[in-house]
Amino acid sequence: MIILQTDQLSIAFGGVRAIDGVNLAIESGQVYSIIGPNGSGKTTLFNLVSGIYSPDDGSIRLAGEDVTGLAPDQLARRGLSRTFQNLQIFSRMSVLENVMVGRHRHERTGIFADLFHWPSVACQNQATVKAARAALARVDLADSAGLPAGSLAYGALKRLEIARALASEPTLLLLDEPAAGCNPVETEEIDTVIRSIVKDGITVVLVEHDMRLVMNISSRIHVLASGRTLTEGTPEQVRSNVAVVQAYLGIHGSQESNRAFH
Amino acid sequence: MRTLLETRLLPAIVVAVIVVMLPYFFPSAYYYRVGALVFIFTLAVVGLNLLMGFAGQVSLGHAGFLGIGAYSVVIGPVYFGLPSWLCVFVGATVSGAVAFLVGRPILRLKGHYLAVATLGFGLLVAIVLTNEASWTGGPDGMSVPKLALFNWQVRGSDAWYWIAGTTLVGGFVLALNLMESPTGRALQAIHDSEIAALVLGIDVARKKLTVFVISAMYASVAGSYLALFNGHVTPDVAGFLRSIELVAMVVLGGMGSIVGSLVGAAVLVVLPQVLTIFHEYEQALLGFILMVFMIFLRRGIVPSVAATFAGRRK
Amino acid sequence: MAELLQFVFSGLTVGAIYALVALGFTLIYKASDIINFAQGEFVMLGGMTTVFVTLAGVSLPLAALIAIIVTTAIGLALHRFAIEPARGASPVALIMITIGASIFLRGVAQIIFDRRFHSLPSLFGGDPIKFGGAAILPQSLVVLASAMVIVTLLWLFIDRTLLGKAVIATAANRLAARLIGVDTRRIVDFSFAVSAAIGAIAGVLITPIALTSYDVGTLLALKGFAAAMLGGIGSALGAVIGGLLIGLFEALAAGYLSSNYKDAVAFLIILVVLVSIPQGLFGRTKIERV
Repeated sequence: MIILQTDQLSIAFGGVRAIDGVNLAIESGQVYSIIGPNGSGKTTLFNLVSGIYSPDDGSIRLAGEDVTGLAPDQLARRGLSRTFQNLQIFSRMSVLENVMVGRHRHERTGIFADLFHWPSVACQNQATVKAARAALARVDLADSAGLPAGSLAYGALKRLEIARALASEPTLLLLDEPAAGCNPVETEEIDTVIRSIVKDGITVVLVEHDMRLVMNISSRIHVLASGRTLTEGTPEQVRSNVAVVQAYLGIHGSQESNRAFH
Repeated sequence: MRTLLETRLLPAIVVAVIVVMLPYFFPSAYYYRVGALVFIFTLAVVGLNLLMGFAGQVSLGHAGFLGIGAYSVVIGPVYFGLPSWLCVFVGATVSGAVAFLVGRPILRLKGHYLAVATLGFGLLVAIVLTNEASWTGGPDGMSVPKLALFNWQVRGSDAWYWIAGTTLVGGFVLALNLMESPTGRALQAIHDSEIAALVLGIDVARKKLTVFVISAMYASVAGSYLALFNGHVTPDVAGFLRSIELVAMVVLGGMGSIVGSLVGAAVLVVLPQVLTIFHEYEQALLGFILMVFMIFLRRGIVPSVAATFAGRRK
Repeated sequence: MAELLQFVFSGLTVGAIYALVALGFTLIYKASDIINFAQGEFVMLGGMTTVFVTLAGVSLPLAALIAIIVTTAIGLALHRFAIEPARGASPVALIMITIGASIFLRGVAQIIFDRRFHSLPSLFGGDPIKFGGAAILPQSLVVLASAMVIVTLLWLFIDRTLLGKAVIATAANRLAARLIGVDTRRIVDFSFAVSAAIGAIAGVLITPIALTSYDVGTLLALKGFAAAMLGGIGSALGAVIGGLLIGLFEALAAGYLSSNYKDAVAFLIILVVLVSIPQGLFGRTKIERV
């Protein structure tokens, strides 16, 4: 089924049309990648879909429901989660606590229970800790649970954000450049994590520059340039598309993507 | 389970021990007065710390709630014949309601905009208290009827020492409970990254409002106690200087450190007592302390000390 | 009608002072993103220092000059010793530093000077001029004229001189300004010094009308800030118009509604502006990038 659909989505900042009439139709259960040169609007598109920006034109449908203009927390309650290109870690909290916050929408205690520490709160805390540890284990960070989040290496922080997003049990997960700044080993780890996420039935939408990762893992790819759709299709279709090669991949990039297939 | 309880409530237990043991060291009855004042202010500071240090929302007008609480225990008994103890609760409810109404529009603001909005709020409360003389007795204030509990007139610094101390322990317990709860984690998250908090499904606006209301009620109870203890109340209790004093106590003790609230309040209550001869220097000293701490020791006393010990252990 | 004219004139006079305070705020904010709460103390220091120096036997013009120089030096010291060491702190931390500085200056003024109200002789005598049934103090006209001169000079400076351009550059993007060779630290020094001087001049000018004392600074700072917010923080024109408007609203409210709540007007305006149009009349909204 189509889990995410956008129709003529557009937004302008000042005079710049950052996203111009973009149509998406993403099937559930796959990895869908959005690629394009810097400034093509990829993160803006993510910000639109995750409710951080409100579109000037067009609509967004999540699992059939019109969610255009809803705030991020409202979308989170409908099963959408995301990570950030420039990490938004809760640096004052520990690694485990970061992921515990991810459980928020499944936590069921109210303010009075919290203030007076009814037994329900102790139970809830225990359940949250358990689920958080499980999420950390999935991204191979279980051993760092007690460490302050700020002390982790960059690649680990990227995985922490993924764990945090996973903890909210989304049906749709947006990953904004999860491999950015990662070395090949870390990128390989991200690849493994993403595959395991999809195996659980979560749809993953990826914004990425690492062509090897993109070509390896994606079911379909959407190419953006200057806020508009350049083309959309399977990895094979995209990498052999002349316009894409010209606008984005260049000779080196297409060599990289070729290497991904061998 | 028992161990979990101990770790969470440890600061409250420490405070309880301090409250109980301190009088053994008092050379004279006068010190009950100082102790009572310290505990009363600590209560207000704990509330403000939850708002500023924990949730990261600045309030430069918090004395406004101190004022509402203080005047509740005057207006209630004098004009409505209500018992003083009930007025403490009424004051807290009114403060909570005011915080709810004012907080909804204001808390959408961030950084210095929020700071100035809260400043404006505090000043407006002080102005209203000064002007509505028929209710409040104007700039000279009013005298406060003594608290009466079960036909016993509460008199004397030692009685207030125990009342304030017990309430403070209770206040600590609630705050510590909050910090280790889903709401507490949500508040901390909001402090570090509002956008990430939103994306994880946290209703940021509602959470901010919740902690604002709670901190207002803490301040209100403290204000009520202050008025009942002193026997007299003037609009200065809600004034700008008072609000800044509260902020200075938070900063001194350590933003976000509940234990630090006691330290910050203790320093700024005791200092003027110690420097009674130099009463004139009070403002200059307050300003100086605020500057020095915000420039060099932004973390505050308790976190800095804790960090030094953590470093030494290595 | 005569009454209205009276209120308008007294409102514009005090509004001109708010405008100068707001201008000081705006200058520092533009150069460094800092809200300087000690701005009101500059006005207080200008007035009080002049008073006490004249009491020591110095002539009024010389005393005023000394006061302005001293206040300017204090403004510079504020930047160098309180703000500079805390560079990189959050905006709220910086506000608290300036609030601390303001209370500190107030406390020191209380000790060095005294706690009473003081006045200064007017520049052109105290006889009010009759105009349309209203009585206007000549000092009012001095205040308004001086404010206009200061604003014009400042505008010319920012617009026509290289140093002025450097201030704009620093305000727009500090790092970029440094990369093209602008000594941003000197620029911020300069903005503090000029703001202090403007504040001091305002203090000297208004004391004959409104008196001065050690604690006038706080209320002035808040009202000046309200004016800057109303006009749109970062806009010099907004600061001036905001100041005049707040002065006007205050005078009209005091005259027609209740003089007790005169001070509340500015704070009500702050709250209303922040909640409805936080960018003010002439400011620009910032877009947050994630």
